[in-house]
Amino acid sequence: MSLSLENLTCNCDHGSTDEEKYALIGQMIDAYKDKEGSLIQVLHAAQEIYGYLPLELQKFIALRMNKPLSEVNGVVSFYSFFSTKERGEHTIHVCMGTACYVRGAQKLVEALEDKLGVAVGEVTPDKKFTLDVARCIGACGLAPAVMVDNDVHRQVQPSGIDAMLKQY
Amino acid sequence: MAKINDKYDLSRIKYNYRSEMGRYEHHIYFCAGAGCISCGCADVARGVKESLDELGLNDKVKMIETGCIGLCSLGPVMLVMPERIFYVGLSPKNIGKVIKTHFVDGQIAKNYCYQDLKTKEYIPCIDDIPFYKDQVRIALQGCGTTEFDKIEAYIATGGYATLHKAITEMTPQEVIDEVKNSVLRGRGGGGFPTGVKWQAGHDAVADQKYIVCNADEGDPGAFMDRSIIEGTPHKLIEGIILGGYAIGATKGYVYIRAEYPIAVNRLSKAIDQARAMGLLDEPLFGTDFQFSLEIRIGAGAFVCGEETSLMESIEGHRGEPRQKPPLPFQAGLFGKPTIINNVETFANIPYIIKHGAEGYTRYGRVGAHGTKVFALAGDIVNAGIIEVPIGMPMRNIIENIGGGLIGGKEFKAAQVGGPSGGCITAADIDVPMDYSELIAKGAMMGSGGLIAMSTDTCMVDTARFFMDFVQDESCGKCVACRIGTKRMLEILQRITKGEGKKDDIDRLLELGAVVKDTAMCGLGQTAPNPILSTIRYFRDEYEAHIFDHRCPAGRCQALTVFEIDPQTCIGCTRCKKHCPTLAITGELKHAHVVDPALCIGCGACYSSCPVDAIHPTKREEN
Ligand SMILES: Cc1cc2nc3c(=O)[nH]c(=O)nc-3n(C[C@H](O)[C@H](O)[C@H](O)COP(=O)(O)O)c2cc1C
Ligand code: FES
Repeated sequence: MSLSLENLTCNCDHGSTDEEKYALIGQMIDAYKDKEGSLIQVLHAAQEIYGYLPLELQKFIALRMNKPLSEVNGVVSFYSFFSTKERGEHTIHVCMGTACYVRGAQKLVEALEDKLGVAVGEVTPDKKFTLDVARCIGACGLAPAVMVDNDVHRQVQPSGIDAMLKQY
Repeated sequence: MAKINDKYDLSRIKYNYRSEMGRYEHHIYFCAGAGCISCGCADVARGVKESLDELGLNDKVKMIETGCIGLCSLGPVMLVMPERIFYVGLSPKNIGKVIKTHFVDGQIAKNYCYQDLKTKEYIPCIDDIPFYKDQVRIALQGCGTTEFDKIEAYIATGGYATLHKAITEMTPQEVIDEVKNSVLRGRGGGGFPTGVKWQAGHDAVADQKYIVCNADEGDPGAFMDRSIIEGTPHKLIEGIILGGYAIGATKGYVYIRAEYPIAVNRLSKAIDQARAMGLLDEPLFGTDFQFSLEIRIGAGAFVCGEETSLMESIEGHRGEPRQKPPLPFQAGLFGKPTIINNVETFANIPYIIKHGAEGYTRYGRVGAHGTKVFALAGDIVNAGIIEVPIGMPMRNIIENIGGGLIGGKEFKAAQVGGPSGGCITAADIDVPMDYSELIAKGAMMGSGGLIAMSTDTCMVDTARFFMDFVQDESCGKCVACRIGTKRMLEILQRITKGEGKKDDIDRLLELGAVVKDTAMCGLGQTAPNPILSTIRYFRDEYEAHIFDHRCPAGRCQALTVFEIDPQTCIGCTRCKKHCPTLAITGELKHAHVVDPALCIGCGACYSSCPVDAIHPTKREEN
């Protein structure tokens, strides 16, 4: 099996049990062994496979990569892309970049918080959605933009939220 | 795939691709840039294919998918060649009709062409559209007009021939001299002359050197680099290899942000193609120069766009800046001499080597030659990606290319240079877009984000927005930035809530000066700029918030209530339906009223009113 950067966003089934997922992550680490400075890339892959990066998993990665846990944890906590909390099935990123902010993204966030009944950074009780904000997703021409998983929704208005969520 | 060993192989590929394409009478360049993808261009593309099948046009018309053609706000779009007719706002519903009208009836489906909002006229030919007329495309050349996922398509436009010329006919020093003479300045924000940087890289002595492409594009509100990578990934690769050859680096990295999955995907495919053809990881064109290129994906930290943090991040660490000196060209990535350039900088290199420095200096102005790509966004009609000669007056960009402000609103200011930059006001709208002219106005060229703001925008709130951003993104390594940005944010939050104190403006100026002088890296050193610039030009707005408890733009909720002008109100009830707190009362066809005690100043009524009868006013304290 070839594991590489391109597979990072794959949609295949990464195995269902924790053991299978850990085994896959282990393989991934071995594949990166000879590359200098690959910790961040390994964490990306691990998050893709496991969904998030709980402390247990960070320990596993640290051990397998022969690095102190403090180093792994330091990196995980530095970058906003890594999450140590379980995430919903889908992640909603409301863009709060300049272009989207100027076009009313703040209202959109409030409307989504209202609609989903959770604050930014939280998961809905049915574990369906995580609500998050992003710093410019590069769709500024379509502001305000919302990214649900990897799909970008353009010019979303508070009134269009229902239609958008229904697709998931 | 056959390997490329010499220029004859390149010519052969070019000839084959061109004759394959030449079999068709028409080509459809179908925009598959990320903007258009998010407007459902895949369904429309399917519609094009189905229509071509149905109408039996497959021998006559060839559709190719290209990168972003620039006019993102009107997507999905397509360009029909050779007649250069541009169709916008396509959908699965109208695409069949457009295809039939154009290719079967032989007529232009005019109603689906670009419409000038002022004259109401339809403009079918892309060259006549004001958005494109004044542009000069060098870094964006081929973006929107070549197949992004075929190396053959790039070679057919002359791609990699420049690399061949440089490697077989020029010494590294000659390459550097050409770049020096072009006076190309870095497009990532700093504006440092690229040739001078490369000379330093070239002169550094080491067993291993690196060249790094900065594709972190952290400025929120900018998407130029993404468009270049997605539209012409091979041009970037060619530019990086040329840089590697010039400075003597055999290994390169592209550091790209995780928020750009499509760009990552297209670039890694392009790297695979180049490798399969022998352009990477093998001696190039029979010489002994060989180069390898690897992608590193970021993980969401603005500071990683700063070059020393970026190197930390590539090494797999927390992206905290390093103390300079040593400069990267002395001891950079893994302690080796390293040269870092921005995506757009590299994208200019093949053109400069191909056409020589004279070809490039034809554009722009003394001290800053060539062109600059801008991402136009905000309250502007034609939001998208543009490339113009350096020195073009901003008015031309906002009014002609951008088509003015949405809804005919009045221009108040443009934020240039993102969180490190400043604003250019309506009074200065004729400023030439040039490094030094922008600095003189308290803004900066930055990486090219240009956000147009209408009179509905509160400048204090805008400053708060940027401070919120940098405060959140400050890595925390140095005290000035970590604590200074936090204090400045607190003051701004206070002011926008109507709780400002009388010496807050002075305190912001003082704090700003300290952070600017003492922060460790560019993030902190430039963080106060949006505040300093808005105080310079909009001090009255700050004072209105602090002393009158009034937000002139009606944006700061805590300070605003809305009021309906009974003379203008037509009683359509729309505002009543939109009001979240039931603060509006009134009967159909009768003037409505807002109850100031219930109004929370959200502005939902304001944006729903069809006749502009609603205005923000000052909230009276009780
Ligand atoms: C906080 C901060 C963020 C930056 N972000 C970027 C970025 O996203 N992209 C970029 O090319 N340069 C960025 N830069 C500038 C880089 O440090 C560096 O100057 C640039 O990549 C050099 O390339 P150039 O000479 O081709 O412009 C940033 C600088 C700072 C201080
Ligand atoms: S600011 Fe929202 S996509 Fe750029």
